[in-house]
Amino acid sequence: MSDASIVLVVLAVGTFALKSAGPMLLGARRLPARLQDVVDLLPAALLAALAIVSTLGDGRSVVLDARAIGLAVAGIALWRRAPFVVVIVLASAATAATRAVTEL
Amino acid sequence: MAVSITAAVAPFGIVFGAAASTSGLGVWEAIGYSVFVFGGSSQFAAVEILGDGGSIAAAALAGLLLNVRSLAFGVIMAPALDGPLWKRALMSQVMIDESTAVGTASEELAHRRYGYLAGGLGVFVVWNLTTVVGFVLFSGAGDLIRDLGLDVAGPAAFLALLWPRLEDRRQLAVAVIGAIVAVALVPFAPAGLPILAAMSAVVAVRSVEGRFTKPSERSGE
Repeated sequence: MSDASIVLVVLAVGTFALKSAGPMLLGARRLPARLQDVVDLLPAALLAALAIVSTLGDGRSVVLDARAIGLAVAGIALWRRAPFVVVIVLASAATAATRAVTEL
Repeated sequence: MAVSITAAVAPFGIVFGAAASTSGLGVWEAIGYSVFVFGGSSQFAAVEILGDGGSIAAAALAGLLLNVRSLAFGVIMAPALDGPLWKRALMSQVMIDESTAVGTASEELAHRRYGYLAGGLGVFVVWNLTTVVGFVLFSGAGDLIRDLGLDVAGPAAFLALLWPRLEDRRQLAVAVIGAIVAVALVPFAPAGLPILAAMSAVVAVRSVEGRFTKPSERSGE
Protein backbone atom coordinates (compact mmCIF):
# COMPACT_ATOMS: atom_id res chain seq x y z
CA MET A 1 0.00 0.00 0.00
CA SER A 2 1.27 3.49 -0.85
CA ASP A 3 1.84 6.06 1.88
CA ALA A 4 -1.16 8.03 0.61
CA SER A 5 -3.39 4.94 0.94
CA ILE A 6 -2.25 4.25 4.51
CA VAL A 7 -2.93 7.87 5.47
CA LEU A 8 -6.31 7.58 3.72
CA VAL A 9 -7.36 4.57 5.83
CA VAL A 10 -6.18 6.09 9.13
CA LEU A 11 -7.76 9.44 8.33
CA ALA A 12 -11.05 7.93 7.15
CA VAL A 13 -11.46 5.78 10.28
CA GLY A 14 -10.38 8.56 12.67
CA THR A 15 -12.51 11.21 10.99
CA PHE A 16 -15.59 8.98 11.03
CA ALA A 17 -15.09 8.40 14.75
CA LEU A 18 -14.95 12.18 15.32
CA LYS A 19 -17.97 12.88 13.11
CA SER A 20 -20.19 10.16 14.55
CA ALA A 21 -19.30 10.36 18.25
CA GLY A 22 -21.92 13.04 18.92
CA PRO A 23 -24.89 11.48 17.12
CA MET A 24 -24.01 7.89 18.09
CA LEU A 25 -22.90 8.27 21.72
CA LEU A 26 -23.58 11.67 23.24
CA GLY A 27 -27.23 12.33 22.44
CA ALA A 28 -28.16 15.76 23.80
CA ARG A 29 -25.13 16.33 26.07
CA ARG A 30 -22.60 19.11 25.35
CA LEU A 31 -18.78 19.27 25.40
CA PRO A 32 -17.13 20.77 28.51
CA ALA A 33 -16.52 24.54 27.95
CA ARG A 34 -12.70 24.33 28.10
CA LEU A 35 -12.56 21.48 25.59
CA GLN A 36 -15.02 23.32 23.33
CA ASP A 37 -12.73 26.39 23.43
CA VAL A 38 -9.68 24.37 22.34
CA VAL A 39 -11.74 22.76 19.57
CA ASP A 40 -12.79 26.25 18.38
CA LEU A 41 -9.22 27.60 18.30
CA LEU A 42 -7.34 24.59 16.87
CA PRO A 43 -8.22 25.12 13.17
CA ALA A 44 -6.89 28.72 13.20
CA ALA A 45 -3.42 27.52 14.30
CA LEU A 46 -3.32 24.65 11.80
CA LEU A 47 -4.70 26.58 8.80
CA ALA A 48 -2.34 29.53 9.38
CA ALA A 49 0.62 27.16 9.66
CA LEU A 50 -0.41 25.27 6.51
CA ALA A 51 -0.84 28.50 4.51
CA ILE A 52 2.50 29.97 5.53
CA VAL A 53 4.61 26.78 5.39
CA SER A 54 3.27 25.78 1.96
CA THR A 55 4.11 29.31 0.75
CA LEU A 56 7.56 29.88 2.27
CA GLY A 57 8.77 26.31 2.76
CA ASP A 58 11.04 24.60 0.24
CA GLY A 59 12.21 21.35 1.79
CA ARG A 60 14.17 22.36 4.88
CA SER A 61 14.69 25.98 3.83
CA VAL A 62 12.53 29.10 4.02
CA VAL A 63 12.43 31.02 0.74
CA LEU A 64 10.66 34.16 -0.44
CA ASP A 65 9.59 33.54 -4.06
CA ALA A 66 6.69 34.05 -6.47
CA ARG A 67 4.37 32.04 -4.19
CA ALA A 68 4.63 34.76 -1.52
CA ILE A 69 3.40 37.34 -4.04
CA GLY A 70 0.45 35.06 -4.83
CA LEU A 71 -0.43 34.62 -1.15
CA ALA A 72 -0.22 38.39 -0.56
CA VAL A 73 -2.60 38.95 -3.48
CA ALA A 74 -4.93 36.28 -2.02
CA GLY A 75 -4.89 38.19 1.28
CA ILE A 76 -5.81 41.46 -0.45
CA ALA A 77 -8.60 39.74 -2.41
CA LEU A 78 -10.01 38.20 0.80
CA TRP A 79 -9.81 41.56 2.53
CA ARG A 80 -11.86 43.04 -0.33
CA ARG A 81 -14.37 40.18 0.23
CA ALA A 82 -13.75 38.46 -3.11
CA PRO A 83 -15.39 35.03 -3.56
CA PHE A 84 -13.24 31.88 -3.21
CA VAL A 85 -12.80 31.24 -6.92
CA VAL A 86 -11.67 34.85 -7.55
CA VAL A 87 -9.15 34.59 -4.71
CA ILE A 88 -7.61 31.43 -6.20
CA VAL A 89 -7.51 32.79 -9.76
CA LEU A 90 -5.93 36.13 -8.71
CA ALA A 91 -3.34 34.43 -6.49
CA SER A 92 -2.37 31.97 -9.24
CA ALA A 93 -2.23 34.71 -11.88
CA ALA A 94 -0.01 36.89 -9.66
CA THR A 95 2.37 33.98 -9.04
CA ALA A 96 2.45 33.07 -12.75
CA ALA A 97 3.05 36.70 -13.78
CA THR A 98 5.84 37.11 -11.23
CA ARG A 99 7.53 33.96 -12.58
CA ALA A 100 7.16 35.16 -16.17
CA VAL A 101 8.90 38.50 -15.61
CA THR A 102 11.36 37.85 -12.75
CA GLU A 103 13.78 35.19 -11.52
CA LEU A 104 11.78 34.63 -8.32
CA MET B 1 -28.77 28.48 1.31
CA ALA B 2 -27.93 24.82 0.73
CA VAL B 3 -27.57 25.40 -3.02
CA SER B 4 -25.19 28.37 -2.80
CA ILE B 5 -23.08 26.57 -0.20
CA THR B 6 -22.94 23.49 -2.41
CA ALA B 7 -21.83 25.51 -5.45
CA ALA B 8 -19.17 27.29 -3.40
CA VAL B 9 -17.18 24.08 -2.79
CA ALA B 10 -16.78 23.34 -6.53
CA PRO B 11 -13.60 25.39 -7.12
CA PHE B 12 -12.11 24.03 -3.92
CA GLY B 13 -12.82 20.46 -5.08
CA ILE B 14 -10.99 21.15 -8.33
CA VAL B 15 -8.02 22.55 -6.40
CA PHE B 16 -7.98 19.44 -4.19
CA GLY B 17 -8.04 17.15 -7.23
CA ALA B 18 -5.14 19.10 -8.75
CA ALA B 19 -3.19 19.02 -5.46
CA ALA B 20 -3.74 15.25 -5.14
CA SER B 21 -2.38 14.71 -8.63
CA THR B 22 0.67 16.96 -8.01
CA SER B 23 1.40 15.09 -4.77
CA GLY B 24 1.56 11.81 -6.69
CA LEU B 25 -1.73 10.20 -5.61
CA GLY B 26 -3.64 7.89 -7.95
CA VAL B 27 -7.11 8.90 -9.11
CA TRP B 28 -8.75 6.24 -6.89
CA GLU B 29 -6.82 7.49 -3.89
CA ALA B 30 -7.99 11.05 -4.58
CA ILE B 31 -11.61 9.83 -4.83
CA GLY B 32 -11.11 7.73 -1.69
CA TYR B 33 -10.13 10.85 0.26
CA SER B 34 -13.16 12.75 -0.99
CA VAL B 35 -15.62 9.91 -0.27
CA PHE B 36 -14.30 8.44 2.98
CA VAL B 37 -12.52 11.33 4.69
CA PHE B 38 -14.81 14.02 3.25
CA GLY B 39 -13.33 17.05 4.97
CA GLY B 40 -11.74 19.66 2.69
CA SER B 41 -9.05 21.21 4.86
CA SER B 42 -8.01 17.88 6.36
CA GLN B 43 -7.74 16.12 2.97
CA PHE B 44 -5.72 19.05 1.72
CA ALA B 45 -3.37 19.09 4.69
CA ALA B 46 -2.67 15.36 4.47
CA VAL B 47 -2.01 15.46 0.73
CA GLU B 48 0.21 18.58 0.90
CA ILE B 49 2.30 17.13 3.74
CA LEU B 50 2.74 13.85 1.81
CA GLY B 51 3.66 15.85 -1.30
CA ASP B 52 6.33 17.71 0.68
CA GLY B 53 7.85 14.39 1.74
CA GLY B 54 6.30 14.37 5.22
CA SER B 55 5.83 11.14 7.16
CA ILE B 56 2.65 9.05 7.26
CA ALA B 57 2.20 9.92 10.93
CA ALA B 58 2.53 13.69 10.38
CA ALA B 59 0.11 13.68 7.45
CA ALA B 60 -2.50 11.57 9.27
CA LEU B 61 -2.23 13.53 12.52
CA ALA B 62 -2.49 16.95 10.87
CA GLY B 63 -5.50 15.73 8.88
CA LEU B 64 -7.21 14.33 11.97
CA LEU B 65 -6.61 17.44 14.05
CA LEU B 66 -8.29 19.57 11.39
CA ASN B 67 -11.36 17.35 11.77
CA VAL B 68 -11.56 17.58 15.55
CA ARG B 69 -14.10 20.34 15.03
CA SER B 70 -16.53 17.83 13.50
CA LEU B 71 -16.69 16.30 16.99
CA ALA B 72 -18.13 19.61 18.19
CA PHE B 73 -20.48 19.79 15.18
CA GLY B 74 -21.69 16.27 16.01
CA VAL B 75 -22.50 17.31 19.54
CA ILE B 76 -24.49 20.30 18.25
CA MET B 77 -26.36 18.30 15.58
CA ALA B 78 -26.98 15.11 17.61
CA PRO B 79 -30.51 15.95 18.85
CA ALA B 80 -31.68 16.48 15.25
CA LEU B 81 -30.13 13.25 13.96
CA ASP B 82 -31.86 10.53 15.98
CA GLY B 83 -33.03 7.17 14.65
CA PRO B 84 -31.58 3.65 14.49
CA LEU B 85 -27.82 3.39 15.06
CA TRP B 86 -27.02 2.59 11.40
CA LYS B 87 -28.96 5.65 10.27
CA ARG B 88 -27.15 7.92 12.74
CA ALA B 89 -23.82 6.48 11.56
CA LEU B 90 -24.68 7.06 7.91
CA MET B 91 -25.88 10.63 8.49
CA SER B 92 -22.68 11.40 10.43
CA GLN B 93 -20.53 10.94 7.34
CA VAL B 94 -21.65 14.35 6.01
CA MET B 95 -20.76 16.11 9.31
CA ILE B 96 -18.84 19.08 7.85
CA ASP B 97 -18.78 22.88 8.19
CA GLU B 98 -21.34 23.41 5.43
CA SER B 99 -23.97 20.87 6.55
CA THR B 100 -23.72 22.09 10.15
CA ALA B 101 -24.09 25.70 8.99
CA VAL B 102 -27.26 24.93 7.00
CA GLY B 103 -28.63 22.66 9.73
CA THR B 104 -28.16 25.11 12.60
CA ALA B 105 -29.75 27.94 10.57
CA SER B 106 -33.18 26.68 11.69
CA GLU B 107 -34.49 26.02 15.20
CA GLU B 108 -36.95 23.16 14.74
CA LEU B 109 -35.34 19.70 14.90
CA ALA B 110 -37.04 18.38 11.73
CA HIS B 111 -35.87 21.44 9.76
CA ARG B 112 -32.39 21.10 11.21
CA ARG B 113 -32.20 17.51 10.05
CA TYR B 114 -33.48 18.35 6.55
CA GLY B 115 -31.11 21.33 6.18
CA TYR B 116 -28.16 19.31 7.43
CA LEU B 117 -28.84 16.43 5.03
CA ALA B 118 -29.56 18.70 2.04
CA GLY B 119 -26.37 20.72 2.62
CA GLY B 120 -24.26 17.65 3.39
CA LEU B 121 -25.39 15.48 0.47
CA GLY B 122 -25.22 18.40 -1.99
CA VAL B 123 -21.64 19.17 -0.99
CA PHE B 124 -20.77 15.44 -1.04
CA VAL B 125 -21.85 15.05 -4.68
CA VAL B 126 -20.24 18.29 -5.93
CA TRP B 127 -17.06 17.70 -3.92
CA ASN B 128 -16.49 14.24 -5.40
CA LEU B 129 -17.30 15.24 -8.97
CA THR B 130 -14.97 18.25 -8.85
CA THR B 131 -12.20 16.19 -7.22
CA VAL B 132 -12.20 13.95 -10.32
CA VAL B 133 -12.37 16.96 -12.68
CA GLY B 134 -9.41 18.66 -10.95
CA PHE B 135 -7.39 15.44 -10.93
CA VAL B 136 -7.97 14.66 -14.61
CA LEU B 137 -7.40 18.25 -15.79
CA PHE B 138 -4.04 18.58 -14.08
CA SER B 139 -2.72 15.03 -13.84
CA GLY B 140 0.86 14.74 -15.06
CA ALA B 141 0.96 18.47 -15.76
CA GLY B 142 3.62 19.49 -13.23
CA ASP B 143 5.12 22.20 -15.46
CA LEU B 144 1.68 23.54 -16.40
CA ILE B 145 0.76 23.83 -12.72
CA ARG B 146 3.93 25.84 -12.07
CA ASP B 147 3.55 28.01 -15.17
CA LEU B 148 -0.05 28.86 -14.28
CA GLY B 149 0.94 29.61 -10.68
CA LEU B 150 -1.45 26.90 -9.47
CA ASP B 151 1.01 25.71 -6.82
CA VAL B 152 -0.15 28.74 -4.82
CA ALA B 153 -3.80 27.57 -5.04
CA GLY B 154 -3.32 25.33 -1.97
CA PRO B 155 -1.85 28.04 0.28
CA ALA B 156 -4.47 30.54 -0.96
CA ALA B 157 -7.23 28.02 -0.17
CA PHE B 158 -5.89 27.57 3.38
CA LEU B 159 -5.85 31.36 3.81
CA ALA B 160 -9.43 31.60 2.50
CA LEU B 161 -10.58 28.97 5.01
CA LEU B 162 -8.77 30.81 7.79
CA TRP B 163 -9.99 34.30 6.87
CA PRO B 164 -13.49 34.36 8.47
CA ARG B 165 -11.95 33.31 11.79
CA LEU B 166 -9.57 36.27 11.92
CA GLU B 167 -12.28 38.76 12.88
CA ASP B 168 -12.08 37.30 16.38
CA ARG B 169 -9.04 38.62 18.31
CA ARG B 170 -8.26 35.31 19.97
CA GLN B 171 -8.41 33.41 16.67
CA LEU B 172 -6.15 36.05 15.12
CA ALA B 173 -3.62 35.70 17.95
CA VAL B 174 -3.64 31.90 17.61
CA ALA B 175 -3.18 32.14 13.82
CA VAL B 176 -0.26 34.60 14.00
CA ILE B 177 1.57 32.68 16.72
CA GLY B 178 0.89 29.36 14.97
CA ALA B 179 2.29 30.71 11.68
CA ILE B 180 5.45 32.07 13.36
CA VAL B 181 6.11 28.83 15.26
CA ALA B 182 5.63 26.75 12.09
CA VAL B 183 7.93 28.85 9.86
CA ALA B 184 10.60 29.03 12.57
CA LEU B 185 10.68 25.21 12.74
CA VAL B 186 10.89 24.54 8.97
CA PRO B 187 14.73 24.45 8.87
CA PHE B 188 14.98 22.15 11.89
CA ALA B 189 12.06 19.70 11.75
CA PRO B 190 10.95 17.12 9.17
CA ALA B 191 8.03 18.09 6.91
CA GLY B 192 4.68 18.05 8.69
CA LEU B 193 6.06 18.57 12.17
CA PRO B 194 6.06 22.41 11.97
CA ILE B 195 2.32 22.24 11.21
CA LEU B 196 1.65 20.11 14.28
CA ALA B 197 3.86 22.31 16.46
CA ALA B 198 1.68 25.30 15.52
CA MET B 199 -0.97 23.85 17.85
CA SER B 200 1.12 25.12 20.75
CA ALA B 201 -0.29 28.54 19.84
CA VAL B 202 -3.65 27.49 21.28
CA VAL B 203 -2.00 26.59 24.59
CA ALA B 204 0.03 29.82 24.53
CA VAL B 205 -2.95 32.10 23.94
CA ARG B 206 -5.10 30.33 26.52
CA SER B 207 -2.41 30.43 29.22
CA VAL B 208 -1.59 34.13 28.62
CA GLU B 209 -5.30 34.93 28.87
CA GLY B 210 -5.64 32.88 32.01
CA ARG B 211 -2.99 35.07 33.62
CA PHE B 212 -4.60 38.40 32.72
CA THR B 213 -8.35 37.84 32.50
CA LYS B 214 -11.09 35.97 34.27
CA PRO B 215 -12.60 33.17 32.17
CA SER B 216 -15.94 35.03 32.14
CA GLU B 217 -14.32 37.95 30.26
CA ARG B 218 -13.08 35.86 27.36
CA SER B 219 -14.85 36.30 24.09
CA GLY B 220 -15.58 32.98 22.47
CA GLU B 221 -16.64 32.37 18.88
